[in-house]
Amino acid sequence: MIAEKNKIQPEVLEAVVIRFVGDSGDGMQLTGTQFSDTSAMIGNDVSTFPNYPSEIRAPQGSLYGVSGFQVHIGSVEISTPGDDVDLLVAMNPAGLKTNLYAVKPGHTIIIDTDSFSKKNLEKAKYETNPLEDGSLDNYRVIEVAISSLTKEALKDVEGLDNKTITRSKNMFALGIVYWMYDRSTDHTIDFFNKKFASKPHLIEANTKVLNTGFYFAETLELIPNSYTISPASMPAGTYRIISGNTATAWGFLAAAEKSGIELFLGSYPITPATDILHELVKHKHFGVKAFQAEDEIAGITSAIGASFAGDLAITTTSGPGLALKSEALGLAMMVELPLVVVNVQRGGPSTGLPTKTEQSDLLQAMYGRNGESPVIVMAASTPSDCFKYAYEAAKLALEHMTPVILLTDGYIANGSEPWLIKSVAEMPEIKNNRINEVKENWHPYDRDKETLARDWAVPGTFGLEHRIGGLEKDKITGDVSHVPENHEYMTKIRAEKIKRVENYIPELETEFAKTGDLLVVGWGGTYGSLHSAVKQLNEKGYDKIGYAHFNYINPLPKNTEAILRQFKKIVVCELNNGQFASILKMNFNKYDFLQFNKIQGLPFGNTELTEKFKHLLS
Amino acid sequence: METTAKKEYTFKDFASNQEVRWCPGCDDYVILRSMQKALPEMGVKKEDVVFISGIGCSSRFPYYMDTYGMHGIHGRAPAIASGVKLANPDLSVWVVTGDGDSMAIGGNHFIHVLRRNIDLNILLFNNEIYGLTKGQFSPTSLVRQKTKSSPYGNTQPPFQPGELAIGAQARFFARIGGNTPKEMTQMFIDAETFNGTSLIEILQNCVIFNDGCFTQYTDKNVREDQQLFVEDGEPMIFGKNKDKGLVLNGLKLEVVTIGENGITEQDILVHNAGEQDPTLHQMLVRLEYPLVTGIIRRFQDVTLEEREDALTKEVMANSKFTKTDDLFFSGETYEVK
Repeated sequence: MIAEKNKIQPEVLEAVVIRFVGDSGDGMQLTGTQFSDTSAMIGNDVSTFPNYPSEIRAPQGSLYGVSGFQVHIGSVEISTPGDDVDLLVAMNPAGLKTNLYAVKPGHTIIIDTDSFSKKNLEKAKYETNPLEDGSLDNYRVIEVAISSLTKEALKDVEGLDNKTITRSKNMFALGIVYWMYDRSTDHTIDFFNKKFASKPHLIEANTKVLNTGFYFAETLELIPNSYTISPASMPAGTYRIISGNTATAWGFLAAAEKSGIELFLGSYPITPATDILHELVKHKHFGVKAFQAEDEIAGITSAIGASFAGDLAITTTSGPGLALKSEALGLAMMVELPLVVVNVQRGGPSTGLPTKTEQSDLLQAMYGRNGESPVIVMAASTPSDCFKYAYEAAKLALEHMTPVILLTDGYIANGSEPWLIKSVAEMPEIKNNRINEVKENWHPYDRDKETLARDWAVPGTFGLEHRIGGLEKDKITGDVSHVPENHEYMTKIRAEKIKRVENYIPELETEFAKTGDLLVVGWGGTYGSLHSAVKQLNEKGYDKIGYAHFNYINPLPKNTEAILRQFKKIVVCELNNGQFASILKMNFNKYDFLQFNKIQGLPFGNTELTEKFKHLLS
Repeated sequence: METTAKKEYTFKDFASNQEVRWCPGCDDYVILRSMQKALPEMGVKKEDVVFISGIGCSSRFPYYMDTYGMHGIHGRAPAIASGVKLANPDLSVWVVTGDGDSMAIGGNHFIHVLRRNIDLNILLFNNEIYGLTKGQFSPTSLVRQKTKSSPYGNTQPPFQPGELAIGAQARFFARIGGNTPKEMTQMFIDAETFNGTSLIEILQNCVIFNDGCFTQYTDKNVREDQQLFVEDGEPMIFGKNKDKGLVLNGLKLEVVTIGENGITEQDILVHNAGEQDPTLHQMLVRLEYPLVTGIIRRFQDVTLEEREDALTKEVMANSKFTKTDDLFFSGETYEVK
């Protein structure tokens, strides 16, 4: 327990952005996760984003080996992990050097002075020591000998080797930050008790270091004040912190349970999508069949086989993997089987920027196949709503007998935020087109009159033996057909089937102004950045700016044009060179679509957005 | 009354209404007919049979079978079939592929399906040529073979399918001439009976682009002298007069004549298809005289489905989760009032 008696009255803040940085092995991800979980538990809204190198264990102290974790917490609505860092915790010189750009002058930096050795400064390419050369004069720097204080704290704990002692210094830093932001250490101590249940000496060591850090901050004059962030007003209910990739995996689990159809995943590891595979392989107890295939192509083709045999089949990948899957995706479209392809977008082209975010696979998802090959294309907007959109993707695939591409991106896949947990009972019904009995004069390409979806007759069903395949099919019998008119008819009906999905998806909604001078348009994972920028302007009195966010791109919501026409200017904001803008231009060619594009492997920053919008409004 | 008793099918029950469009005289007709004859003998229900193919002449096969089927994309049939079988292990799943489909464009799936040992049956129609694209060399075409894409002779050494397959841990490998329907029919039944991936290489004559490529082994007049049809537990004897046999001479197989140099039938190697060590099976696969046909390797091993099933049962027995809600509301949750 933490003594209360000496506590200074903390200053109340609305929101704060904290970034923990250090070596890959310094435990920054754990430190950040603990801080965000603790904050969520006391009712703050939170948004987090990890930033780690693509090297697994980069050389110690090197600039490219820096691992970071950013947390944005608030008593107000938090939509992004934040831009300007209020507190930077730098465990080594390389971490300071690579992250100082994000800290505005006047803001706070906590530094482990023990790590600022000559050797580490050289590795970080510092010619002079920033702690001595005055380059940090404009910041509030809190210098703490974290490594040696950690060693001192643990000198009486038995059974610890040097490595273990060094590795627990992140908990000293966390203790300091807990005190600064008026948070209890209880949640993290509970975590130690569970995580190290069989290793009591590690519970003792980590608890001791954490509390020592906390007490150190409390008694240290260098840390003059502490802050508090009150609980946010969020809808009542049970929450958990969830990442986009986990939410995606769980959306499919829920869809499988609701539909009563077993889940099959065919997948090949690729950054940043692999965590979906990691999550689904854990759930054999729900009957999940997760198959790590020999390559991307086998990932999707095994899923096509499973779909033919009656499973809810999905495959997960990122940009280069989608390229490899494109021929098979055409097959799935041609044989009209349900299939969900998740593309967790990363920086492209080619291998590109595997650990960075981008939205540049939209046109690949739309058109990256031979022939006329329409599929449903949709996108999730935040880490937690990956659950909803994965569920919805599965529902649309099953109900419309078609492949669906669900686009997420590295930013929302790895980011996390509170999720108001959905019980499967609350989720919408999922129907399917299974046919289980022989019908007179039945054909495999008989279609539902409303959706145009064909019947799903799976192997093992008596009397419905039939063949499907990639060759063009006769519109009635489903036999191979090269008849010219039939091919044109089938091409058009496949397009019409996807078009009609517009009758089954929600209408587009506008946030803030419903009519006015400027409509900000976004899609997919940029929701948090765009929503908070428009909201901020709105709160400052700009009441002629509205925001429309697209989650469905093929087909587009039916009322899209009705919304576009309410505004004098439209600006399409996306993390690519204008792919969604080109789709809108093609569909609604009488409107002038302005563009705001960023292609740096980074999300939109708040300031660049608000400045752009203000400029367009002036 | 046992309701799941074997239904009485005839070969006609397995013929679809589609007109067969292979070139007249193609061995594919023999294979199709042999399969349609074998299926009624297997005791499987028609609705449980699935044929999956890739691209190529052989891959039109599913259209001619009145079972479930999918004509997939080039080279990917083993992966599609793996998904079918993992989704529903009760099905009898057949892959139909050719030498280009399986060993060129689909080489990766071909080796991995064998390694995993999923209970699939793979029919590999080997005609040492690309037929559907009209006559280019394939991964089994011979060096110096003249084709449309090697007018001065092929310079790429061929794969021996059995050598590649056994190298990739195939548990069941058989080889058969495309003109021996009776033996082929039985081989299909044996493949279905085998629990694990079974691979049958069919030496299939392409009458248009590579006519006669196997004649030296398969022609009726030379077959008995040039082919050794091995049977498990039987001495490896061949020849019109049943007087030739195989013995081991050091690390090499050698053809001997029974009755000459004191050789008796007792000296001839007895075929053991079930031997785990593939060394001798590889030597049989590579032999050029005689060409070895029959079931060369049939080693019973655990299948992927069996491993998966056992693991799933174990995980289920130890799991605290039965519904997804149990998972969603477990662990680090918190209430907002």
